[in-house]
Amino acid sequence: MEDELERNLVEQTPTMKHPSYLKVWLTFARNSLIREMTFRTNFFLDCLSSTCWTLMNIGFYVLIFQHTDSIGLESGWRKPEFFIFLGTTWIINAIIQAFLMPNAEEFSELIRTGGLDFALLKPIDTQFLVSFRKIHWSALSNLVVGCMLLAYALQTLPWRSSPEWHFSWYTVPLYLLFVGCGVVMLYSLMMCLAATSIWLGRNQSLYDFWFYITNFSRYPSDIYRPGWGLPLWTVFTFIIPVLVVINVPARVLAQPVVPMANQDWWIACFAIVATVIAWFASRWVFKRALLSYRSASS
Amino acid sequence: MPRLIDRLSIWVTILRISLEERLVYRGDFALGTLMRFLPIITQIFLWWAIFQSINPTQPEKATLVGYTFPDMVAYYLLTMLGRAFSSMPGLASNIARQIREGEIKRFLVQPVDLIGYLLLSRVAHKLAYYSVATLPFALVFFLCRSFFTDGFPSGMQFLAFILSLLMSFVLGFFLEACIGLAGFWFMEISSLLFVYMLFSFFLSGHMFPLDILPEPWLSIVQYLPLKYLAYFPAAVFLGKVQGAQLWLDMAVLFGWTIGFMVLSRYLYSAGLRRYSGYGG
Repeated sequence: MEDELERNLVEQTPTMKHPSYLKVWLTFARNSLIREMTFRTNFFLDCLSSTCWTLMNIGFYVLIFQHTDSIGLESGWRKPEFFIFLGTTWIINAIIQAFLMPNAEEFSELIRTGGLDFALLKPIDTQFLVSFRKIHWSALSNLVVGCMLLAYALQTLPWRSSPEWHFSWYTVPLYLLFVGCGVVMLYSLMMCLAATSIWLGRNQSLYDFWFYITNFSRYPSDIYRPGWGLPLWTVFTFIIPVLVVINVPARVLAQPVVPMANQDWWIACFAIVATVIAWFASRWVFKRALLSYRSASS
Repeated sequence: MPRLIDRLSIWVTILRISLEERLVYRGDFALGTLMRFLPIITQIFLWWAIFQSINPTQPEKATLVGYTFPDMVAYYLLTMLGRAFSSMPGLASNIARQIREGEIKRFLVQPVDLIGYLLLSRVAHKLAYYSVATLPFALVFFLCRSFFTDGFPSGMQFLAFILSLLMSFVLGFFLEACIGLAGFWFMEISSLLFVYMLFSFFLSGHMFPLDILPEPWLSIVQYLPLKYLAYFPAAVFLGKVQGAQLWLDMAVLFGWTIGFMVLSRYLYSAGLRRYSGYGG
């Protein structure tokens, strides 16, 4: 008996020093779920309302496709392809809103009230702690809508005549990889924006700014190419890479071999590089911002 | 007679205080307004892509339900202006909160009427907003002047446009006030408000010109008050509503406005009869 206890203690000691990040995250997830399930009706209403919002947004594009058969001239974004684009938009959006948005919002509040002190004292990476603490489970209902839209659009694609739709074993893993890249890029951007509230004291227009920037990412990047959109396209592809977030995965799934195939692969490779850079940039900005943090409490 | 003068001085004071309150953060305000035009940029590119695929050789000549590409952009710019008049951020939730937390008691004791007070502070809010927002609005409209292909509308049409904007402000106010006053019956109106916002976003014409809706939606929308909040003023400016139809629509807008004004009065007095305030 005593032996067992001792062995347990010995085994536990290293985990005390380095908390298992997965376990901590699962605890966060469980706590958030318990919190949301306390007000179950409210949870279902939240799910219902965000689903309605998404459906109405999709309705707008259904209307548009009543009057035209593609968005952009020979861009390949016809109805099924564009619905894959939309599905991807909502999937990435749902992940961001469920896992990251509530934390970014709380982060500015933590700085203002001095609550960040408690996060700094915990024996765990501060960026991890402040960016994954809360999960907004009801936002995941849009993930379901996005997947359904994807499924609906995908079942019509194999019958596409020109250009033929190629599906190979690596399409799905590649799609998931790029969706992951997109989420990481948006996360890094959001973290950089949230960290500015350390310098500004309070960042009330954080959400507005976020909305206006990501608004650009919700459309196929081809539409910005003609005319005076090119500088815009350049800035939002290479400097703030929001345009690759949805475009790259959607393209991988919807039109693997259309015109500009070579260029597409370049952009895809760029997406991976941009993800890595964005991640390290957000890490750097976060640490720099922490250095300027002055507690607000007495 | 002195009563009227007293009331007037109360109103003027309320107006002045709210105006000063609103003008504290001018710079932030102007910047925020300018940022609000950013989504228009994506709309311009999106619609250009759509018009391009409708008529590949001459996208400028293509039409979609009677709108050319410049018309479409002009429409979006004008709805921004319409929303600047008719949108009432925070009004309904504010009324409901005052009812829930008992703050409304103060209007039972003080010689100030709740709806009148809210209307005046909203007028002040809007006046402050325009005094700051005129500059960014003027800048954007100047930059986008080439999208207004028909030039400036005729005198009569312009008068109707201004009238419709002013009435859309009053309609928007009383519509949201009614939703807020529903708080006398339901403790929490946030879901009701969400449903209203959802429908108003899509059916007021804020997101797209209502003309692209298929039947039966097109007919349904014609009978709803929502279209007067964004679609109607823009359509008047662009000359989509002409002659007898214009004045008929103006009359209907006036009717809706009076209707919601009366309804809000009724809801307020009926609500007060249900209301019970405890404690200090």
